[in-house]
Amino acid sequence: MLGAIIALGILAALIGVVLGYAAIRFHVDSDPVVDQIDALLPQTQCGQCTYAGCRPYAEAMAAGEADINQCPPGGEATIQALADLLGMDPKPLNPEHGEHAEKTVVVIDEQVCIGCTLCIQACPVDAIVGAAKQMHTVIRNECTGCNLCIPPCPVECIHVVPLKPTIGNWVWPKPADQVSGEAQHG
Amino acid sequence: MVKSAASFSRPSVAAFNRLHTFHGGLKLPGHREVSATRPISSAGVPAVLILPLQQHIGAPAECLVQPGDTVYKGQLIAQQVGAISAAVHASSSGTVLAVEERPVPHPSGLQAPCIIIETDGLDRYRDNNVTPLDYSRMAPDEICAHIRRAGIVGLGGAGFPTQAKLGCGKHDIDLLLINAVECEPYISCDNRLIQERAAEVIEGVRILQHAVQADNCIIAIEDGMAVAEQALRTTLAAGNETGIKVTRIPEIYPSGGERQLIKVLTGHEVPSQGFPADIGIICQNVGTAAAVYNAIIKQQPLLSRIVTVTGDGVVQPQNFETLIGTPVSHLVAAAGGYTQDVERLLIGGPMMGYTVPVDNIPVTKTLNCILAVTREEMPAPPPAQACIRCGKCTEVCPADLLPQQLYWYARSSNQDAAQDYNLFDCIECGCCAYVCPSHIPLVQYYRHAKAEIWSSEKQTKSSDIARQRHEAHLNRLDRIKQERAERMAKKKQALSSDGGSSDKKKAAIAAALERVKHKKELADAPPKNVENLTAEQQQLIIAVDKRRQQKNDTE
Repeated sequence: MLGAIIALGILAALIGVVLGYAAIRFHVDSDPVVDQIDALLPQTQCGQCTYAGCRPYAEAMAAGEADINQCPPGGEATIQALADLLGMDPKPLNPEHGEHAEKTVVVIDEQVCIGCTLCIQACPVDAIVGAAKQMHTVIRNECTGCNLCIPPCPVECIHVVPLKPTIGNWVWPKPADQVSGEAQHG
Repeated sequence: MVKSAASFSRPSVAAFNRLHTFHGGLKLPGHREVSATRPISSAGVPAVLILPLQQHIGAPAECLVQPGDTVYKGQLIAQQVGAISAAVHASSSGTVLAVEERPVPHPSGLQAPCIIIETDGLDRYRDNNVTPLDYSRMAPDEICAHIRRAGIVGLGGAGFPTQAKLGCGKHDIDLLLINAVECEPYISCDNRLIQERAAEVIEGVRILQHAVQADNCIIAIEDGMAVAEQALRTTLAAGNETGIKVTRIPEIYPSGGERQLIKVLTGHEVPSQGFPADIGIICQNVGTAAAVYNAIIKQQPLLSRIVTVTGDGVVQPQNFETLIGTPVSHLVAAAGGYTQDVERLLIGGPMMGYTVPVDNIPVTKTLNCILAVTREEMPAPPPAQACIRCGKCTEVCPADLLPQQLYWYARSSNQDAAQDYNLFDCIECGCCAYVCPSHIPLVQYYRHAKAEIWSSEKQTKSSDIARQRHEAHLNRLDRIKQERAERMAKKKQALSSDGGSSDKKKAAIAAALERVKHKKELADAPPKNVENLTAEQQQLIIAVDKRRQQKNDTE
């Protein structure tokens, strides 16, 4: 009887040591939830959520201070993804923060630009090139469409343009569902 | 790519003697005789050539000409950008009219940047005297460089830049496979090419074989192409060629698909998401071989291709040697024009082609067939019914996928699940949609799902870049703030600490006072050049002084 208890005790101690060592040796840093949330946000950095960028919004959501429906550029798709990640029910976009629209970019009317650099300071992703009293221009590929550069412009030379559909970004249309009364796939 | 090759078993040479089968496939009515019986004729030089900057998979070429420039035939007018891209050449001589957006052959019907050339009808090269290159003395990468300069892409339809696919020297290749299996109905351009230019094709194949250093070479040809096969065999026998084999394979659609053809000839499967080069095979279209012949022997870039113009919608179905950039309307006119009951125009064959709304689009490097059909010939599909899970699509799928599962997931936009069911191994051959008793446009669902996945991948990439740029922006602001604070702190320190600097300060003040004094002296000095003046000058001075006085008074 005693022998069995001692044997099991030694075995348990050994296994405990091995497991304890393995827990430290093979420790995997799991992705902090803020990073996971931030990865789902569109990174427009527009501040429509009332936070100073996508990451602060992600931090607020992780802390439970912000709702998941405050991101107009992300729209329904982002809300759905956030709901899946955080185990919440998806809800419609909060209209207080704006409406979801297709992505746009801005262009500077170079004839009108006076080179005041105010838009350069406003751009959250440094996508405007220029210097004082020199014409400015937008790097189109880097523009996130946040429109933060528009209010500071004293001569209103920044315009919003929709992204033109090109062969490169065209998506095959989904066939129209002609079937009526078809059972939904579960 | 070479490294991963080791993990896949390579086909042994002995395996090439026996034919295999791939899963599924269809026997389709050929409809080839309508265009295959007439010889290839030239479509001539159209008044205007439209040359899209992107006629291949990869990055669009970069335009090198401006409106008003005179170009000669074969001149490089747009250069390759990056490794996966292809150059564009002027396919005839003339003047550049414009570089602008024009409709191009694409299922979207959208416009893309094109170079428009008004031809002068002379069709002149800069230099007519060229000496053929002796390819047997050239290194593989030298041949590849020539192929790259000639702007050659896979002419079978996908349009992958040929030099990138050959990868000269980068892969260890056992077998070069020349694809002459024109499995899609109606199309006969490769068939006619072999029949009429077997010698050129064979020479092109030899060059390709030398370029990839493959020991074995098979030209795969379909059952129905007996005349073409005979032409190849005769040419090979005349040249005592033993390194190239001609193999006839059964007529099953889509045996001309790269992966299916490799399966039929070697019994091996190209790994999912992999390339044929991973198992030591390179597959090239027979038209590409002819283009390589032109590039090395005639030293001509890719300026023309053979296009099948067919269907009951044209008067005289035929194959045409067509300059790249020729408008489709010009080609249809060369085929006698449309018949009265033509209903729609397809680019490509009836299985994988797409309908285009206009015919002012140009022939591109990859355009192999123009199909004008009547309503009786190709009726619009009846409305789709519900999927009844009959499993016919699974039976015919040549990629051995589960089309109905893919359909469910693509339809419900469950892209992850669709990818789990190997959506990206679908070759979009259309067999599943062809046999579907419910007439569901299955391929369109798959194309939509693929495009959605690509688009969301692109979006993730661009938002990652935006995140990085935003972080860099914040870091920069922080840095500037810190630097300013440091500067201010230094200044403050300099002001507060008096030791040693007071003498310097005193000296600076003295110097400033000296400067002010000097300035004052200058201002108080009497005016110069006032001696020996004429009365007239004296009066002018008085008048000026008076005005100055008045002005000072008013202020």
